[in-house]
Amino acid sequence: MQSRRVFLKNGAFALVSLGFAPSFVARTAYAQGRARAKQLVTIFQRGAVDGLSVIVPFGDSDYYRARPSIAIARPGEKGDAAVAAVDLDGFFGFNPRLRALKPFWDQRALAIVHACGSPDSTRSHFDAQDYMETATPGVKSTPDGWLNRYLRAREDDSRGRDAAGAGSPFRAVSLTPQLPRMLQGSAPALAMNQIGQFGIRGGAGADGVGASFEAQYAAAADRVLGGTGRDAFDAMKMLKVADPSRYQPENDADYPRTPFGQALRQIAQLTKADVGLEVAFADVGGWDTHVNQGSSQGQLANRLDDFARGIAALVTDLGSRMADTVILTMSEFGRAVNENGNRGTDHGHGNAMMAIGGGVHGGKVYGRWPGLSLEQRHERRDLAITTDFRDVFSEVVVRHMGVRDAQPIFPGYAIDQRRFPGLFG
Amino acid sequence: MRISTLPAILCSAGLVLGTSLVLSGAPAPASLPDDDQTIGHVLNRTGFGARPGDIERVRAMGLERYIDEQLHPERLADPDVERRVAGMTTLKMSARQIAEEFEIPQIQARRARQASAKNGDKDDDKRPATAQPDPEMQRRANGPLIELSEQKILRAVYSTRQLQEVLVDFWFNHFNVDARKGADRFMLTDYEREAIRPHVLGKFRDLVEATAKSPAMLFYLDNWMSADPNGPHIERQARAVRGPFGRSFLVEPQQAARQNKNAPKGLNENYGRELMELHTLGVDGGYTQKDVTEVARAFTGWTIQNPRMGGSYRFEPRLHDPGQKVVLGQVIKAGGDESDGERVLDMLARHPSTARFIATKLVRRFVADTPPAALVDRAAVRFTETGGDLREVTRAILTSPEFFAADAYRAKVKTPFEFIVSAVRATAAEIEDARPLVRQVQEQGMPLYQCQPPTGYKDSADAWVNTGALVSRMNFALALASNKLRGVAVSETPSSASAIVSGGLSEPTRATIAKATSAPQVAALTLGSPEFQRR
Repeated sequence: MQSRRVFLKNGAFALVSLGFAPSFVARTAYAQGRARAKQLVTIFQRGAVDGLSVIVPFGDSDYYRARPSIAIARPGEKGDAAVAAVDLDGFFGFNPRLRALKPFWDQRALAIVHACGSPDSTRSHFDAQDYMETATPGVKSTPDGWLNRYLRAREDDSRGRDAAGAGSPFRAVSLTPQLPRMLQGSAPALAMNQIGQFGIRGGAGADGVGASFEAQYAAAADRVLGGTGRDAFDAMKMLKVADPSRYQPENDADYPRTPFGQALRQIAQLTKADVGLEVAFADVGGWDTHVNQGSSQGQLANRLDDFARGIAALVTDLGSRMADTVILTMSEFGRAVNENGNRGTDHGHGNAMMAIGGGVHGGKVYGRWPGLSLEQRHERRDLAITTDFRDVFSEVVVRHMGVRDAQPIFPGYAIDQRRFPGLFG
Repeated sequence: MRISTLPAILCSAGLVLGTSLVLSGAPAPASLPDDDQTIGHVLNRTGFGARPGDIERVRAMGLERYIDEQLHPERLADPDVERRVAGMTTLKMSARQIAEEFEIPQIQARRARQASAKNGDKDDDKRPATAQPDPEMQRRANGPLIELSEQKILRAVYSTRQLQEVLVDFWFNHFNVDARKGADRFMLTDYEREAIRPHVLGKFRDLVEATAKSPAMLFYLDNWMSADPNGPHIERQARAVRGPFGRSFLVEPQQAARQNKNAPKGLNENYGRELMELHTLGVDGGYTQKDVTEVARAFTGWTIQNPRMGGSYRFEPRLHDPGQKVVLGQVIKAGGDESDGERVLDMLARHPSTARFIATKLVRRFVADTPPAALVDRAAVRFTETGGDLREVTRAILTSPEFFAADAYRAKVKTPFEFIVSAVRATAAEIEDARPLVRQVQEQGMPLYQCQPPTGYKDSADAWVNTGALVSRMNFALALASNKLRGVAVSETPSSASAIVSGGLSEPTRATIAKATSAPQVAALTLGSPEFQRR
């Protein structure tokens, strides 16, 4: 009991001092002895969220002309604050159901990049997600995702030894059943639905078999399988000690009891266990609102409520650790400017991304606003793009994660710091 | 790993063979050894591993004969598999039948939902349910893909035509199409059965054309909507392509604008690029971006008749760019219509880069992650001299000294699919319901028919060895051996490691197995051991 508490409180150091020190824990724990390493949490909104209903351009009158039945009202317009946009800067406002995120905007820890996206104009969810995850718009055969290339670039980088998770099996974790394309590639990454289920299962007698498996892999001459097997058993012990089922969020953080909320809760838990988590991934669906999208209430609003409360809980729970963390949200494309005949929206182009973190120069909407008049739209239909998503990704890996040379992460795209939106000043 | 003396003998035999190859140009393998390890190796590579009794059976008939037999699956009866898949009605359906039974009802339901939203209660906030698809309908629409996945497992486990199943897996992966892209989930049954399976031991040129003309590939890599950007006919054609049953009819202008959002607008290079990069020449095969564009132009008009109705390939002259093309330095004269694409396929199938690229991938599959260069050379030569005869290229690899060399033994890490199928085979398990196995393959990171990029799944160890995957494999071994896997019954758990895995085991593996207290534990520790993860 005591050891669990100590572990929860002091993370890996406690394990080292208790004489239980798996090799990678020692590696990461000692790395922690220096400055705490940077962390990135990426959140993918699958299904193309309607960015114009999330970060509402209430200052653009074309917005209201294009959306007679689903627009979010101007701040203060309807009297009831619950149905109107939450004013951010006099032109843009949050959907009211994003309210939980407003404190971070006020603390200048939350930044928005609007009219952002891919230069490829595909309106296929499938292809657009692929391009966003590989960061190679228009090229389908890219073998790996950009987050995986980040992990590799960090290994190659001489400073990579200081990275949070160097050598840890928890260095890159996706709280999804399958490893997302973004994390696929030659650097190890782990997909887990429930971190508590990471272990040898099988009821009575499984313990003995587990120990035998451990012995097989510990002594295996097979370098590839042996090394990975040893890491796997180290990881299982680590999680067993951490006991995910008894995790208590801090600072009264209140995660929604939804799959998304629980995924973020586990990210917080892994972060605090100091097991070397450097890159985390979660996704959340339900954004493909072709029919009856709703406005401040309804289908989209309910999804946004889960989304915002989940992220707010994560930020609250991580507390001072947010100084070293960036949460980055994205969705494959935006939706058409005009609402359709079913009070919904069809597939579009430009969209909004959010970055939250202690190092973020927040309280600002980045990116040039292209306008919503017919001539200003992409193909006379969709929000145009003024920021390539690769400029956001590359700024995050360079200025936040500290990658020296981001070029190998973004093949076919010339990284130019002058195109960075300036999220980190 | 212990290396027996036999592979060493093979190695020297290999040197002799290599020499005779150079002299005669046709390999005539010396008599092959018949120890358990060698036979186990062949069964692991030409199939999905040994079942109890297989080693003895192959020894009795001789390895040479076994390999030759596997190269002629048409001569092998396969009654067990036929019985097991007989009840899966979608497997025999045409693309159109599948569309009529599964896809069109879904489209109609969606239209009905949209209509009810339009006419319904004005307070949309209270009616979000109308936007939600019927879960029963969704489940039903997955039927063809589920049956397709079940048959893949059943064939791999039970088919007598093991090599054919390995090759169908290999070539599907080479010409990968992801079921999750739109209507592709309704097209893959037809794709595997008609475009891939008949050609895996046939001519490469036929295989590549079958995929080029398959609705599944046309849709997956967008060629169906690729059109001459200068064609004055684009708008008119767009409607004809999307109209039901190909009938042309007048559409209101604004309605047309909405319907056309995914309709042909111009040249789409996706297929042209992947055809060269992934299907034929390989990324370093010596083509340029200009070639990509020219190939894409040649394939304009290769489209789908009624894409949402299970329609088949058709050539549509109104989408085709009629001008001259120059591909890899060769001129394709103006006005060639459909034959432009066929000319390109001829060129690519005959190209030396294609021979080398295909040889490299096959050698990687059958021999080692780092393909021995000399064998790649010989397989590429075989490809060229036989006009891309895949049976002969495959034979050249399976009878090569490199295939039998000591350093090829257990050189490959099994993919999740190979691991699961080989474990079910090794334990002679009876599959009553293949769906839990389909889910297991998915949980281990290799969802069947759902590999997103057109590259297909990677065929090297680094893609499959990670902590999460290893833990899943050990859990699977434990569940299968203790007969706790739903839908799969192990009636007689093998009581010794040697009944499950041929060839030697390391000292630590043997020591842990020696301490096991029951047959299921022995089986679990063998199936989950480092040795069984390799083939």
